[in-house]
Amino acid sequence: MERTRLGNYWRPATLEAALRILVEQAPRLLAGGTDVYPALTQAAAWGAAPAPALLDLTGIAALRGVTRTGGTWRIGALTPWAVLRDAPPAPGFRALAEAAAQVGGRQIQARGTIGGNLCNASPAADGVPPLLILDAAVELASPRGLRVLPLREFLPGARRTARAADEIVTAILVPVAAAEAPSVFLKLGARAHLVISIAMVAASANGRVAVGACSEVARLWEEGLAPIDDVRASAAYRRAAAEELVARARARLAA
Amino acid sequence: MIRLTVNGAPRALDLPGGTRLSAALRETLGLTGTKIGCDAGDCGACTVLIDGAQACACLTPLGQCEGARVETVEGLAATPEGRALIARFHAAGAAQCGICTPGMLVAATELLRANPAPSEAEVEAALGGVLCRCTGYRRIIEAVRGAGPAAEPGAVGARLPRLDGAAKLDGSARFGADLAPADALWLKAVRSPHAHARFVLPDIPAFLAAHPGIRAVLTARDVPGRNGYGIYPHIKDQPVFAEGEALYRGDAVAALVGAREAVERAELPVAWTPLPARHDPEAALGGPPLHAAFPDNVLAEGLVRRGDPEAAFAAAAHVAEGAFRTSFVEHAYIEPEAGFARRIGERIEIWCATQAPAMDREEVAGVLGLPLEAVRIIPSHCGGGFGGKLDAGMQPMLAVAAWVLDHPVRAVWSRPESMAASTKRHPARIAARAACDAEGRLLALDFEGLYDTGAYASWGPTVAGRVPVHATGPYRVPHVRARARAVFTHQPPSGAFRGFGVPQAAVAQEALYDRLADACGMDRLEFRILNALTPGDVTATGQRLAHSVGQRECLEALRPRWAALRAEAARRNAAGGPWRHGVGVAGMWYGIGNTGMSNPSEMRLILGADGRLSFRNGAVDIGQGSATVLAQIVAEALGLPVVAIAQIHGDTALTPDAGKTSASRQTFVSGRAALAAALDLRAKLNGALGWDGARVTVNGEPYAGPGLEGHGRFDPPTVPLDAEGQGTPYATYGFAAQLCALAVDVRLGTVRLERFVAAHDVGRAINPTLVEGQIHGGIAQGIGLALMEEYIPGRTENLHDYLIPSFGDVPPIECILIESPEPLGPYGAKGVGEPALVATAPAILSAIRDATGAQIAHLPALPHRVLEALGHGR
Ligand SMILES: Cc1cc2nc3c(=O)[nH]c(=O)nc-3n(C[C@H](O)[C@H](O)[C@H](O)COP(=O)(O)OP(=O)(O)OC[C@H]3O[C@@H](n4cnc5c(N)ncnc54)[C@H](O)[C@@H]3O)c2cc1C
Ligand code: FES
Ligand code: FES
Repeated sequence: MERTRLGNYWRPATLEAALRILVEQAPRLLAGGTDVYPALTQAAAWGAAPAPALLDLTGIAALRGVTRTGGTWRIGALTPWAVLRDAPPAPGFRALAEAAAQVGGRQIQARGTIGGNLCNASPAADGVPPLLILDAAVELASPRGLRVLPLREFLPGARRTARAADEIVTAILVPVAAAEAPSVFLKLGARAHLVISIAMVAASANGRVAVGACSEVARLWEEGLAPIDDVRASAAYRRAAAEELVARARARLAA
Repeated sequence: MIRLTVNGAPRALDLPGGTRLSAALRETLGLTGTKIGCDAGDCGACTVLIDGAQACACLTPLGQCEGARVETVEGLAATPEGRALIARFHAAGAAQCGICTPGMLVAATELLRANPAPSEAEVEAALGGVLCRCTGYRRIIEAVRGAGPAAEPGAVGARLPRLDGAAKLDGSARFGADLAPADALWLKAVRSPHAHARFVLPDIPAFLAAHPGIRAVLTARDVPGRNGYGIYPHIKDQPVFAEGEALYRGDAVAALVGAREAVERAELPVAWTPLPARHDPEAALGGPPLHAAFPDNVLAEGLVRRGDPEAAFAAAAHVAEGAFRTSFVEHAYIEPEAGFARRIGERIEIWCATQAPAMDREEVAGVLGLPLEAVRIIPSHCGGGFGGKLDAGMQPMLAVAAWVLDHPVRAVWSRPESMAASTKRHPARIAARAACDAEGRLLALDFEGLYDTGAYASWGPTVAGRVPVHATGPYRVPHVRARARAVFTHQPPSGAFRGFGVPQAAVAQEALYDRLADACGMDRLEFRILNALTPGDVTATGQRLAHSVGQRECLEALRPRWAALRAEAARRNAAGGPWRHGVGVAGMWYGIGNTGMSNPSEMRLILGADGRLSFRNGAVDIGQGSATVLAQIVAEALGLPVVAIAQIHGDTALTPDAGKTSASRQTFVSGRAALAAALDLRAKLNGALGWDGARVTVNGEPYAGPGLEGHGRFDPPTVPLDAEGQGTPYATYGFAAQLCALAVDVRLGTVRLERFVAAHDVGRAINPTLVEGQIHGGIAQGIGLALMEEYIPGRTENLHDYLIPSFGDVPPIECILIESPEPLGPYGAKGVGEPALVATAPAILSAIRDATGAQIAHLPALPHRVLEALGHGR
């Protein structure tokens, strides 16, 4: 182990510099590294250790933290889980905070970022359902300018995003109104800590409910599920469990 | 240049920014206290503090540490706060093998700085990112909270902190990956990605020419001796490098050796032709054969027959039968295989993590074609074994490389590689039937076990032999037919894993006994008490048990807790809701040492002319504590404090063969040999012995006589089994009974464990803290077997997808130590390493059935399987 001695590495302090390097060098983007490094380890196990050039975004202070401007909450893409866990800015962010408290252990929560979670686009990404019920949108920057995509458009499928090669995710935007009602998050896994979700549910008192790990990308409850059989659970089980979790999440909100 | 402070000292590192912090700390700064168990964020062994916050050093690019304050275990150990925490870990036995310990200490430090008096839940949340495979976490929680057992001075019977503990706690202990000559070349194995494939290697000179940093591509042709190794002298079937055909995903076909960077970046273009693979032992039965010597793919068969089972079944009042299935279980020691080899003239030396240095020595000698004397194995600290480091997975390959190149060579398996290549617990398919009379007396057992032994023999014959002997469980069953077969498939080799197949069998036997108890309207615990083996009883192999049969005492000791926990479960069930509460019970017995064959241990104790005592102890301590226990025995016998005993450990050049650390045998067999060595030495000395802090004293005077040696040897008396499985397979047995209280969420199928009560007859607890540590760790592994662990090649090849119990999965454990002395054992002691695990999974399944009526027949009981079983339940 200790395999990866990476060569090219940049850690610029500004978004402009980062975008320039991205266009010139086409490196892999790096935030908390909690998905990037495990992927390198897995790849090295069955072949040549990859040595991608890395563009580390963590030096860009402007991409970190939660702020409010007018009617919009802005979560910097580089905001780590620990911040979302400890300081939900409005009642509607409670589901995200509860999700953050169950992502990996403290180590992962301290460094893993919400932007990385979305860009990694795992079907089991715990950040997605809490943001779906917040009607979140993703802000992307490129030398061509900024664009904003609804979260669902940003995530077209498992392990796929709508990000173009020259784009960096800069923030997640949430309408203030959508975050007023309190929300909850329920996660189901096969052990107590460090567990990938078999199914998870985020629900808001405003009636919105989203379910993750039961389809390629998390979905709103009314869209229906498309679960698969895998090592963690059968499809039939996921369907039944999701239904039960949704009922429990609603009950918790009502209590 | 990246500037940071490490443990308070400013450092400037000229490394690429993407370098993992773990690599920078270990390789550039030499701070090997930070361990690497996965390089993927899953195990937390690499946890350090960055600006006071926990981080996985393996996931943190050095570039992100610019200007940061990094603290590692070495730094903490130098502070008063760190030393206080370390002292608590030490006393509580919170470090066993020690590989997770630095991460635990670091994580706990972050917590304690913010919260000096954390609750149990707060400890679990704060340390939840670090996995431990040895301790079951409870003692770690206690140590962090300052609530663990206190240390006691003394010898036999004392809660002496482990003697090798200090080094494990301050980060100075050297594990397999922590030491190597600076100029060592790196070795990377090339492995089959297919379960079964023909392959053609590329043009090697051309490959070498294109890869300047690579010194050699080693293949079967380079093996100077026999290209095969394996546990049994007559079945050396696992090739160092496969020849033309790979038999499982992970089978090694070649190795690249050279400069590290070059080796890691290269991929040998092997041409694979996948072939049909048999993944199922039932399908593999009858061939076509994986190995010509085993035409029907049956590697080994164990059979025990006694009485007339068919007649007994016909006459029985109640019969229960069932089919059960378990999965591959990975040892998941947090330390992956690691070590180095170097050639010294016509000799070879290997430093590695191992459970069996003497066997490694034989394997290496065979593979190199050298006499035994030319091979030296120096065991490193071993970061967990559990049976998985009994097979010489890495050693032959390292030896060949160092020999052929005449240069030191090192290797560290990655986590996915360790998981793919190493042995596993045998998946079992069991069909069994049991019968009792109307009063609940057991009459008959019919047991048929098919054990998937994977692609190579490894310990398959041992498993096939051990299972039928234990199939009745620790009960009187007069009529028995029990058979186990180990069958080759294109799966990873199944080997030795805590219990050698017995835990799988116990799942079946205990489930049937629960049903028989219900059928005759008896309490499940009382049913077991009625049938428990007692002194004078005859086992299914015809062995009359004379002494140290504490099964009944173990079960009886559970009575008060059984009644209380059942009442509590009933009370909580009355309240309704999705959680159904239940209590389960299971018994187990376990033969200590090898089955019906010689397995001696030898110990030497040398008193030098300088008055110093040197204990030549070849028994490797893999975290279970034999170094401490054996010293306690020697100290007791000599009447000296343990500090008087300097140990030389494991090194095959300096210690006699103590046999392997397996079969729960080191306390019993090596302990008895150590006692004999001590008594031998004592007999050569006249007068009262003492210790003046530096030398042994005789009648108060420093010893100044000639060098003396005490020698001890013990080989437990056994009689090999005959064709009907009759004989005396073991000189003594460990006995135990465990209770489990839990709750099942009947709408989600999840299981919440609430408590274990474990009563174990250990003969004599030489060190209660260490015994309890084995019980805790065994229960944790039993929980994994029962509820979550399922290794699937290619799919759960990392600690992300392969789940082992984490903090929060192991509930409080109450240990009750029963001491029914074994006359053959040292001070009456037997063994506990494997017995700790055997009863756990059956007790869990018993409790699930009690709570819900669901009989789980397919392990692990993942939520979807529990829900499915509930559908067919009551
Ligand atoms: C032990 C462990 C447990 C985990 N548990 C969970 C869990 O319970 N739930 C869960 O959802 N996840 C879990 N994860 C996965 C991971 O921690 C999260 O997905 C995390 O949020 C990823 O963030 P990161 O900043 O570390 O991403 P990185 O690893 O740095 O990057 C992830 C991906 O996103 C890209 N990327 C990152 N930032 C940007 C950006 N701003 N713009 C464009 N592309 C970007 C990277 O190129 C990469 O492809 C776990 C991981 C580990 C190691
Ligand atoms: S080595 Fe870093 S988490 Fe396992
Ligand atoms: S002591 Fe924790 S892994 Fe061994």
